[in-house]
Amino acid sequence: MKKLLILGAGTAGTMMANKLRKQLPRDQWEITIVDQFKTHYYQPGFLFIPFGIYTKNDVIKPKSDFFPVGVKVIYSKIDKIQPEENNVLLDNGVKLKYDYLIIATGCKTAPEEVDGLKDKLWYKEIFDFYTVEGAIALADHFKTWKGGDLVVNVSELPYKCPVAPLEFVFYADAFFTERGMRDKVNITFVTPLPGAFTKPRATKMLGELLEEKNINLVPDFAIMEVNNDEKKIVDYGGTEVPFDCLVSIPPNMGDDVISRSGMGDDMNYVPTDKHTLQSNKYENIFVIGDAANLPTSKAGSVAHFAADILEENLMCAIEGRPYTARFDGHANCYIETGFGKGTLIDFNYDTEPLPGSFPFPGLGPFGLLKVSRMNHYGKVMFRWMYWHILLKGKELPINSEMQMAGKKL
Amino acid sequence: MSTKTFAGINVEVNEEGYMTDSSQWTKEIAKEIAKEEGIELTDTHFDVIEFIRSKVASGETLTIRGINKSGVVDAKTFYKLFPGAPLKKATKIAGLQKPESCI
Repeated sequence: MKKLLILGAGTAGTMMANKLRKQLPRDQWEITIVDQFKTHYYQPGFLFIPFGIYTKNDVIKPKSDFFPVGVKVIYSKIDKIQPEENNVLLDNGVKLKYDYLIIATGCKTAPEEVDGLKDKLWYKEIFDFYTVEGAIALADHFKTWKGGDLVVNVSELPYKCPVAPLEFVFYADAFFTERGMRDKVNITFVTPLPGAFTKPRATKMLGELLEEKNINLVPDFAIMEVNNDEKKIVDYGGTEVPFDCLVSIPPNMGDDVISRSGMGDDMNYVPTDKHTLQSNKYENIFVIGDAANLPTSKAGSVAHFAADILEENLMCAIEGRPYTARFDGHANCYIETGFGKGTLIDFNYDTEPLPGSFPFPGLGPFGLLKVSRMNHYGKVMFRWMYWHILLKGKELPINSEMQMAGKKL
Repeated sequence: MSTKTFAGINVEVNEEGYMTDSSQWTKEIAKEIAKEEGIELTDTHFDVIEFIRSKVASGETLTIRGINKSGVVDAKTFYKLFPGAPLKKATKIAGLQKPESCI
C-alpha cells in the first residue's frame, strides 16, 4: 500500500482528503489525516460574533462530519516532520511513513509577538476576533460598553482574511448606529498599509467607504508596543493612537511544527512554488492553504481554488507526468459593509481587484467593488455552501482560475 | 520610466524615482538619492542597505520584523535611520524596487 499523509484537517486539509479519496484507488492508496483538534471552526463566522449575530454554536461542527469514508483519521499533536526520511512523528511517539505529504497546518494568531498586547488589559479592554474565545469576550464587552475610542489595529502582514478588519469597522459603525450611540464611539482603523487596502482600485473604493462612514484611518503604522497604563498603541516612528477598546489583529504565524521541523521561513511559513504548490525543497511534499508562503491572501477561498490545482498536480506527480495545473493566486472575498449590504473582490497574483460582475459576466448576480444587498446575501449563503459543498470537495460554479470576463479595466 | 543622473551616471528610474535596474547601483548613487530624501548616509546606513540588498537578491520579502531580527539594527533604529516610511526609503536608496504588499 502506498501512503498519502495530510497534516491538518482545517479547510484545506479536509478538502484535499475528500478530493483525493475519490481519485486514489482504495486498494492501492492509504490516506491518513492528522489534526490535534476535533472541532472544525467556520472562521469567516467569527466576524459576526462580537456583534451578537452569531454565537459559538453557529461556527462549530465536529471535524468528523466532513471526512470521507476510507480515510484514516488521527487526532494527535504532531511533533515533527522528517522530510529527509519521509516520516512524521506524532506527540505520542508514533511514526507515520509517507510516499506523499500534504502540509495544511495553517496559521494562527501570535499576540505574544507584540510587546504589551497580551498583558493586563487582554480580554478586558484589548481583544482579538480571530479566535472564538476573543470574539466571544468582545461580544460580552460590547454588551455593556459605554463608548469611547474604538481602535482596530492590524499588527503586520500577512494575516488571515485581509478584508475582515475592514468588515469589522463597517460592522461596528452599523452596530453602534443601531444602538443609538454612534456619536459616543470614535472608530479608528490603524494599518501598516499605506491605505485601506493594498491595490489601487480596492484601496480607493474602501477608503471612500471609511470616510463615508466617518471612520478614521491611520496608515503606515508599524506597531512597536501596546502601552497598557496609558492605553495607547505606539509605532516605531513614534506615532501614538489612544484607545478605550483595542481590537487587535495580532501577527499571524505558521504552526510551530513547521519551525520544529526546520522547514519554515521566519514566520513559520513553508517556502512553496507559487504555481505548482510543491515544496521548494522536497519533491514529494506539497503545501496548501495558510501554511504556504504564497504571495496571495491567507483565506479559505485561496485554499479552495488551490485545492483543484493541487489535486491535479499531485495526480501528475504520482503518475510521473509533468505538472499540468498552475495556480494563479486566485482569491475571492465577500466584504460585509454593514446595514445588510456588502461588496465583493476577485483577484490573483497579477490582477488587482477590478469592478464588474461575478461569477457570470454581465449578469452577476454579484457586483465587484460595488455595495449591494445581493453581495451581503452571498456572504450569508456562503456558510451553507462551506459546510455542505466546499469542505466535501464538491464542485462550485466558480473557476479555480481567475476570469477576466465580467471585469472592467 | 525616465532617466536620472546620479553621481555622473545615467540610471533608469520609475515614476516614483525607484531605480529599475539594481545592478547599476553604487554607493555614490545611494548618497545622492539619500540627499534627495534628506538623509546623510553613515556606515550604519550602509550596513542596513547591504543587508536589504542581500535579502532581495535571495528573493526574500522585506519586513520590519525581518530587519528587527537581522542583527544589523533593531526596528527602532531603522526608523531613526530612515524616518517616516523606512522600508520605502531604504529600498529607494538601495536602488531596489519599492516593496509591495500582497494580500
